[in-house]
Amino acid sequence: MGCGRVGARLAALLDEEGHEVTVLDNDTYSFRRLPNSFGGTALFGNGTDEEALKRAGIEETDVFVALTQGDNRNVMSCQIAKHVFNVPRVVCRIYDPLREEMYSALGLETLSPTKIFAQLLQEKIEGEKAEGEE
Amino acid sequence: MYIIVVGGGRLGYYLLKALLNEGHEVLVLEKDARICKTITDELGSVCFRGDGCEAATLAEVGTGRADMFVAVTGDDEDNLVACQVAKHKHNVPRTIARLRNPRNAVIFKKLGVDVTISTTDLILEAIEREVPTHPATQLLTIDEKGLVIVDVKITAESKTVGKAVKDLSLPKESKLALIIPVEGSAHVPVANTVLQAGDQIIAVTSPDSKEALQAALTGM
Repeated sequence: MGCGRVGARLAALLDEEGHEVTVLDNDTYSFRRLPNSFGGTALFGNGTDEEALKRAGIEETDVFVALTQGDNRNVMSCQIAKHVFNVPRVVCRIYDPLREEMYSALGLETLSPTKIFAQLLQEKIEGEKAEGEE
Repeated sequence: MYIIVVGGGRLGYYLLKALLNEGHEVLVLEKDARICKTITDELGSVCFRGDGCEAATLAEVGTGRADMFVAVTGDDEDNLVACQVAKHKHNVPRTIARLRNPRNAVIFKKLGVDVTISTTDLILEAIEREVPTHPATQLLTIDEKGLVIVDVKITAESKTVGKAVKDLSLPKESKLALIIPVEGSAHVPVANTVLQAGDQIIAVTSPDSKEALQAALTGM
Protein backbone atom coordinates (compact mmCIF):
# COMPACT_ATOMS: atom_id res chain seq x y z
CA MET A 1 0.00 0.00 0.00
CA GLY A 2 1.47 3.31 -1.16
CA CYS A 3 3.25 3.62 -4.49
CA GLY A 4 5.82 6.23 -3.50
CA ARG A 5 9.53 5.87 -4.13
CA VAL A 6 9.95 3.10 -1.57
CA GLY A 7 6.68 1.38 -2.41
CA ALA A 8 7.34 1.32 -6.16
CA ARG A 9 10.90 0.10 -5.67
CA LEU A 10 9.88 -2.64 -3.26
CA ALA A 11 7.09 -3.75 -5.60
CA ALA A 12 9.50 -3.90 -8.54
CA LEU A 13 12.08 -5.89 -6.54
CA LEU A 14 9.53 -8.41 -5.29
CA ASP A 15 8.04 -8.71 -8.76
CA GLU A 16 11.49 -9.45 -10.20
CA GLU A 17 11.90 -12.20 -7.63
CA GLY A 18 8.78 -13.82 -9.00
CA HIS A 19 6.28 -12.91 -6.26
CA GLU A 20 2.70 -11.98 -7.01
CA VAL A 21 2.55 -8.25 -6.18
CA THR A 22 -0.36 -5.79 -5.98
CA VAL A 23 0.30 -2.08 -5.36
CA LEU A 24 -2.49 0.06 -3.96
CA ASP A 25 -2.46 3.85 -4.14
CA ASN A 26 -5.14 6.53 -4.00
CA ASP A 27 -3.45 8.50 -6.78
CA THR A 28 -3.01 6.74 -10.12
CA TYR A 29 -0.28 9.25 -11.03
CA SER A 30 1.95 7.46 -8.49
CA PHE A 31 1.99 4.37 -10.69
CA ARG A 32 4.38 6.17 -13.08
CA ARG A 33 7.11 5.17 -10.64
CA LEU A 34 6.68 1.49 -11.46
CA PRO A 35 9.12 0.25 -14.12
CA ASN A 36 7.78 -0.84 -17.52
CA SER A 37 8.85 -4.36 -16.73
CA PHE A 38 6.54 -4.53 -13.67
CA GLY A 39 4.36 -7.59 -14.07
CA GLY A 40 2.15 -7.18 -10.99
CA THR A 41 -1.11 -5.31 -10.47
CA ALA A 42 -1.44 -1.57 -9.84
CA LEU A 43 -4.76 -0.79 -8.22
CA PHE A 44 -6.43 2.53 -7.45
CA GLY A 45 -7.87 2.67 -3.96
CA ASN A 46 -7.62 3.80 -0.35
CA GLY A 47 -5.79 1.32 1.86
CA THR A 48 -7.80 2.22 4.94
CA ASP A 49 -10.99 1.18 3.15
CA GLU A 50 -12.03 -2.44 3.64
CA GLU A 51 -13.64 -2.67 0.22
CA ALA A 52 -10.50 -1.45 -1.55
CA LEU A 53 -8.40 -3.92 0.42
CA LYS A 54 -10.74 -6.75 -0.55
CA ARG A 55 -10.50 -5.73 -4.20
CA ALA A 56 -6.73 -5.88 -3.87
CA GLY A 57 -7.08 -9.46 -2.69
CA ILE A 58 -6.21 -8.96 0.98
CA GLU A 59 -8.10 -12.12 1.92
CA GLU A 60 -5.52 -14.28 0.10
CA THR A 61 -2.39 -12.23 0.72
CA ASP A 62 0.63 -13.54 2.64
CA VAL A 63 2.32 -10.21 3.34
CA PHE A 64 0.91 -6.69 3.66
CA VAL A 65 3.21 -3.64 3.76
CA ALA A 66 2.01 -0.07 4.42
CA LEU A 67 4.27 2.65 2.99
CA THR A 68 2.19 5.81 2.62
CA GLN A 69 3.44 9.18 3.88
CA GLY A 70 0.93 9.16 6.72
CA ASP A 71 1.94 7.27 9.86
CA ASN A 72 -1.63 7.08 11.04
CA ARG A 73 -2.88 5.82 7.71
CA ASN A 74 -0.24 3.09 7.76
CA VAL A 75 -1.12 2.16 11.31
CA MET A 76 -4.83 1.98 10.56
CA SER A 77 -4.51 -0.09 7.38
CA CYS A 78 -2.03 -2.48 9.02
CA GLN A 79 -4.35 -3.03 11.96
CA ILE A 80 -7.20 -3.74 9.56
CA ALA A 81 -5.00 -6.19 7.64
CA LYS A 82 -3.88 -7.91 10.82
CA HIS A 83 -7.02 -7.92 12.96
CA VAL A 84 -9.84 -7.96 10.41
CA PHE A 85 -8.33 -9.98 7.55
CA ASN A 86 -5.80 -12.00 9.58
CA VAL A 87 -2.98 -11.44 7.08
CA PRO A 88 -0.09 -13.68 8.28
CA ARG A 89 2.57 -10.99 8.02
CA VAL A 90 1.99 -7.23 8.27
CA VAL A 91 4.78 -4.65 8.11
CA CYS A 92 4.14 -1.01 8.97
CA ARG A 93 6.32 2.03 8.28
CA ILE A 94 6.01 4.65 11.03
CA TYR A 95 8.21 7.74 10.78
CA ASP A 96 7.55 8.91 14.35
CA PRO A 97 9.85 6.81 16.61
CA LEU A 98 7.58 7.22 19.66
CA ARG A 99 4.54 6.01 17.82
CA GLU A 100 6.61 3.22 16.31
CA GLU A 101 7.60 2.00 19.77
CA MET A 102 4.03 1.99 20.96
CA TYR A 103 2.61 0.04 18.02
CA SER A 104 5.53 -2.34 18.16
CA ALA A 105 4.62 -2.98 21.81
CA LEU A 106 1.03 -3.54 20.69
CA GLY A 107 2.17 -6.33 18.41
CA LEU A 108 2.62 -4.72 14.99
CA GLU A 109 5.78 -5.38 13.01
CA THR A 110 7.01 -1.81 12.62
CA LEU A 111 9.92 0.02 11.00
CA SER A 112 10.84 3.63 11.69
CA PRO A 113 12.97 5.04 8.84
CA THR A 114 13.72 8.04 11.07
CA LYS A 115 15.25 5.89 13.77
CA ILE A 116 17.09 3.57 11.40
CA PHE A 117 18.51 6.35 9.25
CA ALA A 118 19.59 8.50 12.19
CA GLN A 119 21.33 5.48 13.69
CA LEU A 120 22.99 4.67 10.37
CA LEU A 121 24.27 8.23 10.03
CA GLN A 122 25.53 8.23 13.59
CA GLU A 123 27.44 5.00 13.03
CA LYS A 124 28.87 6.31 9.78
CA ILE A 125 30.01 9.61 11.30
CA GLU A 126 31.42 8.10 14.48
CA GLY A 127 32.96 5.24 12.54
CA GLU A 128 34.82 7.64 10.25
CA LYS A 129 35.91 9.72 13.21
CA ALA A 130 37.29 6.64 14.93
CA GLU A 131 39.14 5.68 11.77
CA GLY A 132 40.60 9.20 11.50
CA GLU A 133 41.83 9.08 15.08
CA GLU A 134 43.67 5.83 14.60
CA MET B 1 -14.06 15.64 34.96
CA TYR B 2 -10.91 16.28 32.99
CA ILE B 3 -11.69 15.88 29.29
CA ILE B 4 -9.21 16.15 26.43
CA VAL B 5 -10.51 17.01 22.96
CA VAL B 6 -8.32 16.43 19.90
CA GLY B 7 -9.08 18.76 17.00
CA GLY B 8 -10.09 22.41 17.32
CA GLY B 9 -12.23 22.57 14.18
CA ARG B 10 -15.86 23.52 14.30
CA LEU B 11 -16.88 20.35 16.09
CA GLY B 12 -14.02 20.58 18.59
CA TYR B 13 -14.74 24.25 19.24
CA TYR B 14 -18.43 23.80 20.01
CA LEU B 15 -17.74 20.67 22.04
CA LEU B 16 -15.19 22.62 24.08
CA LYS B 17 -17.71 25.39 24.76
CA ALA B 18 -20.46 22.95 25.72
CA LEU B 19 -18.21 21.00 28.08
CA LEU B 20 -16.84 24.17 29.69
CA ASN B 21 -20.42 25.32 30.24
CA GLU B 22 -21.13 22.10 32.07
CA GLY B 23 -18.27 22.94 34.41
CA HIS B 24 -15.71 20.39 33.20
CA GLU B 25 -11.99 20.91 32.94
CA VAL B 26 -11.39 20.74 29.19
CA LEU B 27 -8.33 21.03 26.99
CA VAL B 28 -8.30 21.11 23.19
CA LEU B 29 -5.26 19.84 21.30
CA GLU B 30 -4.79 21.52 17.94
CA LYS B 31 -1.90 21.42 15.47
CA ASP B 32 -2.70 24.68 13.70
CA ALA B 33 -1.24 27.74 15.46
CA ARG B 34 -3.87 30.10 14.05
CA ILE B 35 -6.82 28.04 15.22
CA CYS B 36 -5.13 27.70 18.61
CA LYS B 37 -4.77 31.46 18.92
CA THR B 38 -8.41 32.11 17.98
CA ILE B 39 -9.61 29.71 20.67
CA THR B 40 -7.19 31.05 23.30
CA ASP B 41 -8.14 34.68 22.53
CA GLU B 42 -11.79 33.91 23.03
CA LEU B 43 -11.87 31.30 25.78
CA GLY B 44 -8.56 31.58 27.64
CA SER B 45 -5.88 28.95 28.01
CA VAL B 46 -7.94 25.93 27.07
CA CYS B 47 -6.10 25.13 23.85
CA PHE B 48 -2.70 23.49 23.57
CA ARG B 49 -0.80 23.51 20.32
CA GLY B 50 0.38 20.04 19.45
CA ASP B 51 -0.28 16.74 17.73
CA GLY B 52 -2.88 14.71 19.60
CA CYS B 53 -1.44 11.51 18.17
CA GLU B 54 1.94 12.00 19.81
CA ALA B 55 2.53 10.27 23.10
CA ALA B 56 4.92 13.04 24.24
CA THR B 57 2.32 15.76 23.66
CA LEU B 58 -0.29 13.73 25.48
CA ALA B 59 2.09 13.25 28.41
CA GLU B 60 2.71 16.99 28.55
CA VAL B 61 -0.99 17.79 28.94
CA GLY B 62 -1.49 15.21 31.68
CA THR B 63 -3.47 12.66 29.70
CA GLY B 64 -2.78 10.17 32.47
CA ARG B 65 -5.33 11.88 34.70
CA ALA B 66 -7.93 12.46 31.98
CA ASP B 67 -11.33 10.86 32.53
CA MET B 68 -12.34 11.09 28.91
CA PHE B 69 -10.55 11.52 25.61
CA VAL B 70 -12.47 12.67 22.54
CA ALA B 71 -10.92 12.76 19.04
CA VAL B 72 -12.92 14.85 16.59
CA THR B 73 -10.52 15.72 13.77
CA GLY B 74 -11.70 15.29 10.19
CA ASP B 75 -9.49 12.26 9.59
CA ASP B 76 -10.62 8.87 10.79
CA GLU B 77 -7.09 7.47 10.96
CA ASP B 78 -5.89 10.38 13.12
CA ASN B 79 -8.81 9.90 15.49
CA LEU B 80 -8.07 6.19 15.72
CA VAL B 81 -4.38 6.66 16.52
CA ALA B 82 -5.03 9.47 19.02
CA CYS B 83 -7.52 7.27 20.90
CA GLN B 84 -5.16 4.29 20.83
CA VAL B 85 -2.25 6.34 22.21
CA ALA B 86 -4.52 7.74 24.95
CA LYS B 87 -5.75 4.27 25.81
CA HIS B 88 -2.55 2.25 25.64
CA LYS B 89 0.05 4.80 26.74
CA HIS B 90 -1.99 6.80 29.23
CA ASN B 91 -4.75 4.40 30.31
CA VAL B 92 -7.61 6.83 29.69
CA PRO B 93 -10.76 4.95 30.77
CA ARG B 94 -13.06 6.26 28.04
CA THR B 95 -12.09 7.15 24.47
CA ILE B 96 -14.49 8.51 21.88
CA ALA B 97 -13.74 8.90 18.16
CA ARG B 98 -15.58 10.80 15.50
CA LEU B 99 -15.98 8.89 12.23
CA ARG B 100 -16.47 10.16 8.74
CA ASN B 101 -16.69 6.74 7.15
CA PRO B 102 -19.50 4.87 8.96
CA ARG B 103 -17.97 1.56 7.91
CA ASN B 104 -15.03 2.17 10.25
CA ALA B 105 -17.22 1.77 13.37
CA VAL B 106 -16.68 -1.98 13.63
CA ILE B 107 -12.92 -1.75 13.09
CA PHE B 108 -12.49 1.04 15.64
CA LYS B 109 -14.39 -0.94 18.28
CA LYS B 110 -12.25 -3.96 17.54
CA LEU B 111 -9.11 -1.85 17.92
CA GLY B 112 -10.05 -0.59 21.36
CA VAL B 113 -11.91 2.69 20.84
CA ASP B 114 -14.74 2.72 23.41
CA VAL B 115 -17.30 4.81 21.55
CA THR B 116 -17.56 5.83 17.90
CA ILE B 117 -19.82 8.50 16.50
CA SER B 118 -20.39 8.64 12.79
CA THR B 119 -21.20 12.20 11.83
CA THR B 120 -22.16 11.02 8.35
CA ASP B 121 -24.80 8.66 9.77
CA LEU B 122 -26.14 11.31 12.15
CA ILE B 123 -26.61 13.85 9.40
CA LEU B 124 -28.15 11.27 7.08
CA GLU B 125 -30.65 10.23 9.74
CA ALA B 126 -31.54 13.82 10.54
CA ILE B 127 -32.20 14.62 6.89
CA GLU B 128 -34.14 11.39 6.29
CA ARG B 129 -36.37 12.28 9.22
CA GLU B 130 -37.36 15.44 7.35
CA VAL B 131 -38.49 13.54 4.25
CA PRO B 132 -42.27 13.28 4.80
CA THR B 133 -42.61 9.86 3.18
CA HIS B 134 -39.74 8.35 5.12
CA PRO B 135 -41.44 5.52 7.03
CA ALA B 136 -38.91 4.65 9.75
CA THR B 137 -36.33 6.77 11.48
CA GLN B 138 -33.68 5.55 13.84
CA LEU B 139 -33.78 7.74 16.92
CA LEU B 140 -31.16 6.18 19.13
CA THR B 141 -28.66 3.34 19.11
CA ILE B 142 -27.94 1.50 22.36
CA ASP B 143 -24.72 -0.22 21.35
CA GLU B 144 -24.11 -2.13 24.58
CA LYS B 145 -27.50 -3.86 24.32
CA GLY B 146 -27.51 -4.22 20.55
CA LEU B 147 -30.78 -2.29 20.33
CA VAL B 148 -32.10 0.64 18.37
CA ILE B 149 -35.07 2.89 19.06
CA VAL B 150 -37.04 3.72 15.95
CA ASP B 151 -39.92 5.93 15.01
CA VAL B 152 -42.38 4.43 12.48
CA LYS B 153 -45.17 6.47 10.94
CA ILE B 154 -48.51 4.88 10.08
CA THR B 155 -49.89 6.54 6.95
CA ALA B 156 -53.35 6.31 5.32
CA GLU B 157 -51.80 3.81 2.87
CA SER B 158 -50.54 1.49 5.60
CA LYS B 159 -52.30 -1.87 5.42
CA THR B 160 -52.35 -2.08 9.20
CA VAL B 161 -54.74 0.82 9.77
CA GLY B 162 -57.64 -0.52 11.86
CA LYS B 163 -55.71 -3.56 13.04
CA ALA B 164 -55.04 -4.33 16.69
CA VAL B 165 -51.50 -4.60 18.03
CA LYS B 166 -52.03 -8.27 18.94
CA ASP B 167 -52.76 -9.11 15.29
CA LEU B 168 -49.47 -7.75 14.02
CA SER B 169 -46.65 -10.23 13.49
CA LEU B 170 -43.80 -8.27 15.00
CA PRO B 171 -40.22 -9.57 14.88
CA LYS B 172 -39.23 -11.37 18.08
CA GLU B 173 -36.82 -8.76 19.45
CA SER B 174 -39.20 -5.85 18.89
CA LYS B 175 -41.28 -4.06 21.49
CA LEU B 176 -43.67 -1.20 20.89
CA ALA B 177 -43.01 1.47 23.50
CA LEU B 178 -45.31 4.33 22.69
CA ILE B 179 -47.98 5.50 20.27
CA ILE B 180 -48.31 9.19 19.52
CA PRO B 181 -51.62 9.78 17.70
CA VAL B 182 -52.40 12.82 15.53
CA GLU B 183 -54.80 14.03 18.19
CA GLY B 184 -54.86 13.23 21.87
CA SER B 185 -52.02 12.27 24.11
CA ALA B 186 -49.30 9.67 23.72
CA HIS B 187 -50.12 6.27 25.19
CA VAL B 188 -48.46 2.93 25.80
CA PRO B 189 -49.88 0.38 23.35
CA VAL B 190 -51.61 -2.74 24.72
CA ALA B 191 -52.77 -5.88 22.88
CA ASN B 192 -56.10 -4.36 21.88
CA THR B 193 -54.80 -0.93 20.79
CA VAL B 194 -55.93 -0.27 17.22
CA LEU B 195 -53.58 1.47 14.81
CA GLN B 196 -54.79 4.61 13.09
CA ALA B 197 -53.54 6.63 10.19
CA GLY B 198 -51.16 9.31 11.41
CA ASP B 199 -49.99 7.32 14.41
CA GLN B 200 -46.37 7.66 15.26
CA ILE B 201 -44.98 4.54 16.89
CA ILE B 202 -41.84 4.51 18.99
CA ALA B 203 -40.41 1.01 19.16
CA VAL B 204 -37.33 -0.85 20.36
CA THR B 205 -35.76 -3.47 18.11
CA SER B 206 -32.46 -5.01 17.03
CA PRO B 207 -30.63 -3.32 14.15
CA ASP B 208 -31.19 -6.39 11.97
CA SER B 209 -34.95 -6.47 12.53
CA LYS B 210 -35.50 -2.79 11.81
CA GLU B 211 -36.87 -3.38 8.34
CA ALA B 212 -38.96 -6.38 9.37
CA LEU B 213 -40.51 -4.30 12.15
CA GLN B 214 -41.30 -1.49 9.77
CA ALA B 215 -42.92 -3.96 7.36
CA ALA B 216 -44.96 -5.52 10.17
CA LEU B 217 -46.15 -2.15 11.42
CA THR B 218 -47.14 -0.71 8.04
CA GLY B 219 -48.00 -3.89 6.13
CA MET B 220 -45.85 -2.64 3.28
